[in-house]
Amino acid sequence: MSYQYNTGCSLNNLKGVREFIRRSLDGQQVSDLELGAIVLALDEMCSNLMIHAHHCNPDHFIALNIHIPVKGQFIFEIIDDGSMFDINQFQEPKLDNLVHEKRKGGLGIRLVKSIMDKIEYVHEGGKNVCRLTKTI
Amino acid sequence: MVHIKRLQEDGADIIAIVGEIDASSSIELDLAIAKSVGEGYKKILVDCQALEYISSAGLGVFMSYIEELRDKNISFVLFGMKERVLNTFSILGLADLLNIRENKQEAKKLADELSV
Repeated sequence: MSYQYNTGCSLNNLKGVREFIRRSLDGQQVSDLELGAIVLALDEMCSNLMIHAHHCNPDHFIALNIHIPVKGQFIFEIIDDGSMFDINQFQEPKLDNLVHEKRKGGLGIRLVKSIMDKIEYVHEGGKNVCRLTKTI
Repeated sequence: MVHIKRLQEDGADIIAIVGEIDASSSIELDLAIAKSVGEGYKKILVDCQALEYISSAGLGVFMSYIEELRDKNISFVLFGMKERVLNTFSILGLADLLNIRENKQEAKKLADELSV
């Protein structure tokens, strides 16, 4: 099963991204807590990309694909043509440092890495593809 | 989309969050806490009963106030979180850094104890 969603890079569109994921995974026997975590991780990835690679330009588009090859296995792809924003290149900040520096950012990467099993980046057909996998 | 309401009860400022907090709406939470702190409240409770979702942008707002609240001796307690919202705090270990209680009564009790 596959699902696709395209959206402009306005942060106001994040709600639509979350609804798409919830709708697509409906009936997949994913618990409320697991679904919440998956929605959160993809929200974080999309908002990072919208902010850092597309400067929240609503005329720039990203695509989100969901593949469910077998029951319980989920492959999420976020596709865009901006500058690549590879979270594997970023060191997760320590919580103590965030508190001390009164920083509001940096937690998203930690969340995504905690929730997803694998995060990889490839360049395919002139596009950046961020592929996240999760097995439940 | 989020609505944030503030009301005062027994000397405490209660910030009630209704809806979802993500990267587009976390600024509203930030402004509400800044106002409450700026107005000099020593007990601030955050009512999360109608908080349906929070992303790292919202968590970051809470994190960024931890030191200021400590420096100003402000009791700050969150309460009424749904399990999936609490899970987001727990994944990051923030549940240990912030005061979180199940309901308003317990939150008030803790805020009173902390402000002694």
